[in-house]
Amino acid sequence: MSEPETGGLISPQEWEKPSIRWGIGGLQAFLLVALVVGGLGPILWLAKGAITPTIDTISHPLGLFPHGTAWSNLKEAWSTVHVGRYFWNTIVIAFGSWASQIVVATTGGFALSVLNPRYAKLINALLLTTLFVPAVVLLVPLYIEIVHPPLIHHSFIDSYWAVWLPAGASAFNVVLVKRFFDNLPREIFEAARIDGAGPFRLFWSIVLPMSKPILGVVSIFAVLASWKDFLWPLLVLTNPNEQPLSVRLPNIQAQTSLGVFLAAMFIACLVPIAGFLIFQRSFLRGGGLGGAIKG
Amino acid sequence: MAVVDQTGEPALSSRRGLSRDTAVPRRTPLTWVRGGGLTTLLFLLPLLFAFGAFSWYPIVRSVLMSLQHTNLVQPATWVGFQNFEQVWHDPLFPVAVKNTAYFALLALLFGYPIPLVAAVLMSEVRKRRGIYSALAYLPVVIPPVVAVLLWKVAYDASPLGAFNTVLHWFGLGPYPWIQSQQWAMPSLVLESTWANAGATVIIYLAALTGVQTELYEAASVDGAGILQKVWHITLPQLRGVLLVTMILQIIGTAQVFLEPYLFTSGGPANATLTVLLMIFNYAFGNSLGGDYGAATALSLMLAGFLAVFSLIYLRATRSWSTR
Repeated sequence: MSEPETGGLISPQEWEKPSIRWGIGGLQAFLLVALVVGGLGPILWLAKGAITPTIDTISHPLGLFPHGTAWSNLKEAWSTVHVGRYFWNTIVIAFGSWASQIVVATTGGFALSVLNPRYAKLINALLLTTLFVPAVVLLVPLYIEIVHPPLIHHSFIDSYWAVWLPAGASAFNVVLVKRFFDNLPREIFEAARIDGAGPFRLFWSIVLPMSKPILGVVSIFAVLASWKDFLWPLLVLTNPNEQPLSVRLPNIQAQTSLGVFLAAMFIACLVPIAGFLIFQRSFLRGGGLGGAIKG
Repeated sequence: MAVVDQTGEPALSSRRGLSRDTAVPRRTPLTWVRGGGLTTLLFLLPLLFAFGAFSWYPIVRSVLMSLQHTNLVQPATWVGFQNFEQVWHDPLFPVAVKNTAYFALLALLFGYPIPLVAAVLMSEVRKRRGIYSALAYLPVVIPPVVAVLLWKVAYDASPLGAFNTVLHWFGLGPYPWIQSQQWAMPSLVLESTWANAGATVIIYLAALTGVQTELYEAASVDGAGILQKVWHITLPQLRGVLLVTMILQIIGTAQVFLEPYLFTSGGPANATLTVLLMIFNYAFGNSLGGDYGAATALSLMLAGFLAVFSLIYLRATRSWSTR
């Protein structure tokens, strides 16, 4: 996305022609307007609704400026409707899911790529198979497993471990990290080995520090996926005090006024949007990356 | 990139990693341990645990459960293909299949061409292209629950609903949106397209940077117009990505759950009951205890259908995608 415009689909000569200049330019301007209205519009509307009195939002849903502001919506959502607690729950769940994904992907990727035992091929094949199994197949047996775990006779319902641990089983992450490790220069590993570094030292002091870019991408998508998740936490976290925001929002809608509800939804969007604005590059690159691997 | 050592052979390290026993001809458990076999296993432990417990075991278990009658209280009993027969004869089964197919088809009609056209136009933007892609991707980062609930507010069927207000400016409506059997599904697809199109746009933009620009120049010399270049160069160069995004979209939309669950709970009159919602209802819809056998049977039927469909799709498009 940063290469110079020497000649793409539309050549410099063609850009000279007024008909193309205005035609394509017009289409692009139209696209920009559509993207602003469609992409930014709903978020701005949500932000406006979060600080607008409910009556005003209901009577003038598309008024550009609120008639009087109601900051109380945000405050009421945060404390009275307990969005603050759910927000904290969401963070705790996201952090644990992130940690479990990073541990599995880095240690697994390191073992399969760098240590590369004879049976690595078999594990790789099993990992790739899971990429082709639709997630829905796992839903019911995984739920049963959480309720009645084999060996341990203790239900994990209402425990965050029920969300954290299954999150680690992401074949996509392992494949991504393994491919990155595959491309690290082997000479460095050799040199480290000759200098007496064992596998643990190699992993911690050499491979991990060299892998910051891919770990960043995996982390961003791990946190985002956890923040977006709905069905699984809905099933295994039945205690409202433990549930994340996404699971609580449909109930909040039934409990409170529209203005407070919009404020709660706005709070739920803050972290993903802030993360996107800060790590935009990784997001957009990771999105393309996903397509490349899936392909 | 094989590392070559002095003898001219690829270094063992590039194939076997750090196992130091590769020169020892006989492999015994002792040489395995000395060669770092245990350490390797230790590193693999988190992966084996996570996938064993939360991926491989449940996959096998779902096949077993589909042949069993389980209610979590009594021991499971083997019932053969009864669960599959039960699902097959469920009067809601054809409804759910039809609705899911309808959702997938509409999503393809709405959601497939728009990201492509947008990406081609965006790739020719000369200034501040980043703003375009950021705006397009913004809906993707919004939590899906927020997106659905926000659209649900906007789909308010009264004349004061957000969408009905806009349409009123053009003398249209008010429309019932998700409250009508006829419009509920298209309304769901509209939201889903909005929520997902940005991700596809980013994939296309990445693919478009790989199109060989010399081809465009050659075509220009031959006097081709812009549309001709799109048709004869851009689209053929993108066909691999286009075919993959299409099958991924079909696989994704066949498993649509959130929209029908949160917008309409499958209503009105089962107009938006999808296969996944049916699986959910079998397993978790009844507070007295789930029909887990039927739920796993239906999920395996869906997975089997998708696998067969993907195989046929790949076979049918293979000659076209690699030509």
